Amino acid sequence: MSDLNKRMIEEYRNDFLKEVEANVEEGEWVKMCMQCGVCSGSCPLGKHWAHPPQEIFMMIRAGKRDEVLTSDSMWMCTSCYNCIVRCPRQLPITHIMHGLATYSKKLGLVPKGQPTATFAEIFWNNMMKKGRVNELKLGLALYFKDGFGPGIKEALRNKDLGTKMMKAKRMSPAEFFGGHGIKDVSGLQKMIKKAQELEEARMKKFD
Amino acid sequence: MSDEKKFAAYICTGCGIGDRLDAGQLENVATREGRMNVVKQHEMLCSKEGVKMIQDDIDNDGVTHVVIAACSRRAKMEAFAFPQTEVAITRANLREGVIWARPDTDEAKETTQEMAEDYIRMSCGEIKQMNPPKPSGQQGRNPNVLVVGGGVTGMTAALEAADAGYTVHLVEKTGALGGHVAKLHKRVPFRAAPPGTPNTPDANLPMPEDTGIEELIKRVEENDSIKVYLNSRITKTSGAPGRFSVDISAESGDTVTENIGSIVQATGFTLYDPSELKEFNYAGSPDVVTNLEFEELTNAAGDGPIKRPSDGKEVKAVVFVQDVGQNSDEEGKLPYDSGVGDLVAIKQALYCKHHNGDDCDTTIVYNNLRTPGAPGEDFYRSGQKNGVIFTKGDVKEVIPGDTLTVKMHDKILDEDADVHADLVVLDVGMVPNSGPDPYAANESLEGMSDEERAEELEAQAEAAAAEEAGGPSVSVESILNLDYRQGTDLPQLKWGFTDSHFICFPYETRRTGIYAAGPVRRPMDIKQAMDDATGAAMKAIQEIENAAQGRAAHPRVGDLSYPTFRKEGCTQCKRCTVECPFGAIDEDEERYPQYNESRCRRCGTCMGACPVRVISFENYSVNTVGAQIKECSIPEEWDEKPRILVLACENDAYPALDQAAIAGEEISPWARVIPVRCLGSVSLSWVTDSLNNGFDGIIMMGCKRGDDYQCHFVRGSAMANERMAKVGDTLESLNLEPERVVVHEVAITDIERVPALIKDMEETIEKIGLSPFKF
Repeated sequence: MSDLNKRMIEEYRNDFLKEVEANVEEGEWVKMCMQCGVCSGSCPLGKHWAHPPQEIFMMIRAGKRDEVLTSDSMWMCTSCYNCIVRCPRQLPITHIMHGLATYSKKLGLVPKGQPTATFAEIFWNNMMKKGRVNELKLGLALYFKDGFGPGIKEALRNKDLGTKMMKAKRMSPAEFFGGHGIKDVSGLQKMIKKAQELEEARMKKFD
Repeated sequence: MSDEKKFAAYICTGCGIGDRLDAGQLENVATREGRMNVVKQHEMLCSKEGVKMIQDDIDNDGVTHVVIAACSRRAKMEAFAFPQTEVAITRANLREGVIWARPDTDEAKETTQEMAEDYIRMSCGEIKQMNPPKPSGQQGRNPNVLVVGGGVTGMTAALEAADAGYTVHLVEKTGALGGHVAKLHKRVPFRAAPPGTPNTPDANLPMPEDTGIEELIKRVEENDSIKVYLNSRITKTSGAPGRFSVDISAESGDTVTENIGSIVQATGFTLYDPSELKEFNYAGSPDVVTNLEFEELTNAAGDGPIKRPSDGKEVKAVVFVQDVGQNSDEEGKLPYDSGVGDLVAIKQALYCKHHNGDDCDTTIVYNNLRTPGAPGEDFYRSGQKNGVIFTKGDVKEVIPGDTLTVKMHDKILDEDADVHADLVVLDVGMVPNSGPDPYAANESLEGMSDEERAEELEAQAEAAAAEEAGGPSVSVESILNLDYRQGTDLPQLKWGFTDSHFICFPYETRRTGIYAAGPVRRPMDIKQAMDDATGAAMKAIQEIENAAQGRAAHPRVGDLSYPTFRKEGCTQCKRCTVECPFGAIDEDEERYPQYNESRCRRCGTCMGACPVRVISFENYSVNTVGAQIKECSIPEEWDEKPRILVLACENDAYPALDQAAIAGEEISPWARVIPVRCLGSVSLSWVTDSLNNGFDGIIMMGCKRGDDYQCHFVRGSAMANERMAKVGDTLESLNLEPERVVVHEVAITDIERVPALIKDMEETIEKIGLSPFKF
């Protein structure tokens, strides 16, 4: 857990709002929400969210730091952009949701086993290895994310599709062994590391 | 002009009238039955030549009374605007009233012609009972405006009137001008952000601005046309527009009497006292303050941080509780919302951010956030941008202590929450500074029988007499101290706000020549009050000019007729003095009614009230309508042509009928429409006379009455309805069915409904049979 994650909850104080403003991408927009609820009404997955966007924004203002950051709501966003299009105050709601998800991940507050978060992590690690996504390995990693037994089951279930893709040369079994990458992988990795350092330095501490 | 009367009728054959009707026959009717001295036809009466023909007859031939048989009286008014004081004019409505209201078929031809002939007969009958009106000359031009109240509304009204060249007497009860605004730190901005301002969180949005009150006070004080009376009250107002006599008494006891033309009442508001609302602990903690007290705290802070009253601690967290004691049906709370409280809270939260720094937490707990006015939405965003927290919730309790706890229910998150604060600001509403409502007692009369009503009125009169003799006085202090028959102050419509015609005539009150402006009329902010003041000042100077010429104010704008009564016939029953919706009629020493022309709106409610029919206008009286009823032909019973009398209010019902005809709606061939000034002017004798004459049905059409009235004379329609409740007895005594007389509320937009109502009556008559009184 990051040391950014230590402070007490203070209700209806600006503290968490300020934290979001400083550390979350597009977070400075949250205070401009006028609680009309159009975003929540427009979200095609809204009813499956524990807290639809309008409520998330209100919780931020109410200082409910833990509840917001440990919520799986922002992970449910499919980036359909309905809310952005419809928001009368023109808040970039989709981006704020992703920003909150990123921040929650950074603080280590993501709910365990959250599928979107798991996939995102697998995707990132996969890509960082060779500088590009190895689709075979990505698929397999997803099959086996819940253990060996379910992985085999899932692989057998999709074997026909896999065979067809190999025949059509859309997927190569050779990729399993190393796979191809970009020219300067270590250069990319260095670049990303530097970017992460810069971002980390910009984060404000709230405690 | 000689006293000799010469009657003339002019029949227009334009607009298809000549094609559809036998104009020659109409001319015969006007000559033989109408006994007009001059009868002429013209192919387009409203043209230059047509008008000149009439004008020549007036100038050279001594014509004094003119019947114009052409279009509706609501059309071509400018063309037929002959000098009111020289000729009496009436209009027979052959276009909208006849040819457009009837189908152009062979079967309909006969009844259409009959309809037209009846309207000619009726107009010829009417014109003989009319005379050109003459103003009373009761008052001259008095260019003095009295403004009561020296707040931002009163001062703006005074400056506007003064700038238009009138003299202003500005009376303020306290020792200084400025009113509430002088106590404010800053005001809500007047303007929205400029067009093109982006919607981003860092946009440049409007902020609280200087009140500008000092400059306004300076302008008033430096204006030579404005005389300011501080520490003063109005102790007596008598007379009428154009000749008010007003006693202005200073605290010192000195009284000056001024002659005044018209009055603007801008007495503003008092803030609601939340002491009785125990849950907010306003009385229990010095750190729970009203929004006005918070302004004072901010003023006291100077350039430094705002400190709380209890221990002078610098404020770090403030909770604003919105809608305290407002918008509630509960006893002791205001049933309405001031509407401006949320703007005020945003403004004050921004004071906190400015004085006590960005880390001063400000939470506005609202229920329905309302930010009216041009800058409203931008100002709301300005608050958000600067970190003011808005939360929709119900405050349950404020617990005092070193740190106050506001217990609330968050309505978005649907959970209870505690918010801690150093200071709690209550948004309390505006209570109008009105005088006692002259009609407060009348409300107790609703739903009473005649006898009960008479007894109650008698009891009230006695109580009033006792009061004059030094009995108990009213609890609310009078502002204007009018010596009118109907009470000392402006009538109120709802919740203590002075009443105005809410649809068409803002600023107007039920006392002609006295105009209400600012929060005494309805809750409003500074910008609205200043606009309001300008409007009221315009009305006040308009009334000065109207009164000077003896012209009526709206809706009979420019009418020079006014009611007079035949003293020998008067029984001193006081109905006219009590029922006049405008309190225009006083009683003289001998207890006879005393008419005040410039207070009168010419609705004729007094005329309808008079049981002995002695009240009349030169051009509108029991006889002018009576003659129309008498002159209308009543076919024999075996002709099977019923007659339906429609008494239509000229403000809404009559234009609705015109519009119906224009829209191609068919109107029953049996209907005969007589316009009346207001349903309140309808005399019961017209109903009995027309039934006796053989009319089969009577429809009265007036405007909506009640709290959300649309009656142009406020109470006229309601009065008529009360009176017509008694018409059942008349019908019973004549052995007639009660369905023959109906009263309808009609709006100007009811263009399909109005013909249908007449059709309904036609069907009723078919069912119950023709009147037995046809002979």
